[in-house]
Amino acid sequence: MTRSLHTTAFAALWLLLLASAVLAVTFGPADINPAEVWTTILHHLGLIPESPVSRLRDAIVWDLRLPRVIAALGVGAGLALAGAVMQALTRNPLADPYLLGLSSGAALGAVALVVVGLTAFVPLGAFIGSLAALGLALAVTQVLGGTTPVRAILAGISISALASAATSFIIFWSATGDSYREILSWLMGSLSGSTWIDAALVAGAIMICAPFMVLSARGLDAFAFGDKAAASLGVDVVRLRWMLLLASALLTGIMVAIGGAIGFVGLVVPHAVRLAVGSGHRRLLPATMLVGAIFMLWADTLARALFDPRELPVGIVTALVGAPAFLLILMRYRRIT
Amino acid sequence: MTGLEVRGLTISLGGPPIVDRVDLTAPRGKITGLVGPNGAGKSTLIGTVVGLNRPVEGTVHFSGDDLLGLDRRARARLCAYVEQAATTEERLTVAEVVALGRIPFAPAWASGPDPADEKSCMEALSRLGMSAFAGRQFATLSGGEQQRVHMARALAQQPQLLLLDEPTSSLDIRGQLQVFALLRSLATEDCTVLMALHDLNLALTRCDWLVVMNHGRVVAEGAPMEVLTERLIADVYGVEARRIQGPVGPVIVFETAL
Repeated sequence: MTRSLHTTAFAALWLLLLASAVLAVTFGPADINPAEVWTTILHHLGLIPESPVSRLRDAIVWDLRLPRVIAALGVGAGLALAGAVMQALTRNPLADPYLLGLSSGAALGAVALVVVGLTAFVPLGAFIGSLAALGLALAVTQVLGGTTPVRAILAGISISALASAATSFIIFWSATGDSYREILSWLMGSLSGSTWIDAALVAGAIMICAPFMVLSARGLDAFAFGDKAAASLGVDVVRLRWMLLLASALLTGIMVAIGGAIGFVGLVVPHAVRLAVGSGHRRLLPATMLVGAIFMLWADTLARALFDPRELPVGIVTALVGAPAFLLILMRYRRIT
Repeated sequence: MTGLEVRGLTISLGGPPIVDRVDLTAPRGKITGLVGPNGAGKSTLIGTVVGLNRPVEGTVHFSGDDLLGLDRRARARLCAYVEQAATTEERLTVAEVVALGRIPFAPAWASGPDPADEKSCMEALSRLGMSAFAGRQFATLSGGEQQRVHMARALAQQPQLLLLDEPTSSLDIRGQLQVFALLRSLATEDCTVLMALHDLNLALTRCDWLVVMNHGRVVAEGAPMEVLTERLIADVYGVEARRIQGPVGPVIVFETAL
């Protein structure tokens, strides 16, 4: 693609994101039109002194739907970005926070802190959980005799199964009422009940990690032909790899603390975007974030809409799209797996 | 006219030394071959000069500069590296692969290759006769074409020192001779070339200087005709060989493994 075509495509993605966000806010049991959404937002930003929107409808838009939409956009962007970065660093097209067990580890860390009452530290627990799972996955693949895509995934599956079982057990043991719903929302992911604090956490994590990752785009490009080639291009291979893996674990931890272990976003989105813009990370990473955000927003909106008034865990929607795509990716890379 | 000078280099990757107190010289503007059996330590030595791992002790100088003490990016602007048949699963065009060679020259926040970068990439591609391939996906090329793209990427680094790790092992004979022709023309432009290679006949006839390694040590160094004797081949490779005079020069004929 030429440079001007890229600029146009990026502008189109931003427009699509904005339009999707406004549409998603209008969607729900209370019938709210786009004009009311805009009025409410502008009112709260102080740009319109008097809002004609009723207080109830204002609260539905501002306190319920908008934080959830922003959380969905952020979680989608964050998970997709973490996936793209991990794929480049490990030279593993199948790497993804969910398949490598980071998401389940993060969910376990989060649930453990919820249970002991340290709710304020849940994001920290999730970060430590995702970091521990990443360390374990890498250690296990080393013990198996070096990293290959399949070994990494197998290690991830076993870690994920263990962490998910532990998560389920902790919830089952501690919950007084209907623990299954809560288990499901951590294991399959759900964005219901997202608050402005959640939205701010997600946005904060992205604002810390994304600029660092995007600025490392050339370094990630250098990994295309392996560590030695990257080192010969002046990249501090060990340092860059650890810093970026740490940032990926942080990003995953925060996203899971807010949305639970939502799967396949980090796998499917970067692969789809690569088909369009190629593997150059200066384009890939920003485009992956935009597409991830839009994808997650629509997945969450579908999860709300499909069985209205009952809500589907959003991870079911992403898995319905992601699992077949995972198979296609396996087919494409069957030579190396 | 000093080129690459390695003194007392010892490299260990956690166990016993893989490279043990090695001294060697690769004269400036010459093609130096690094030969020896598998596991002799050739690749590890080249990896250290490239900056992949830190030696236990020893020094590496190039034209007076302490290569190991240099900042990584500064070293990458001086010295380029090509390995054997490096592949990727990434979706990269030939032009994008060649542009990797400009990474050491651009600040991390640069929005794209600047005109100088693009110029040296285009020149490198055209020197390898690969200009027509610029827009092709790297993964769709043949092994020989891919290796030429790697060479172009290395040229885009405008190196004064070019390190190659068995660059011709996966190439057919035509591809091998093309690589050596390119290396010869680089050497005449004052580029210092150090390459690990397995083909002793190519080492004998195409290199200006040879370093022979075995078990992590340098066992011989000098002009190829003087170094690659039947005796040395027997000692180092455990192979009975005869050096005969062919119609255009010497040829090594291998008899049996000892």
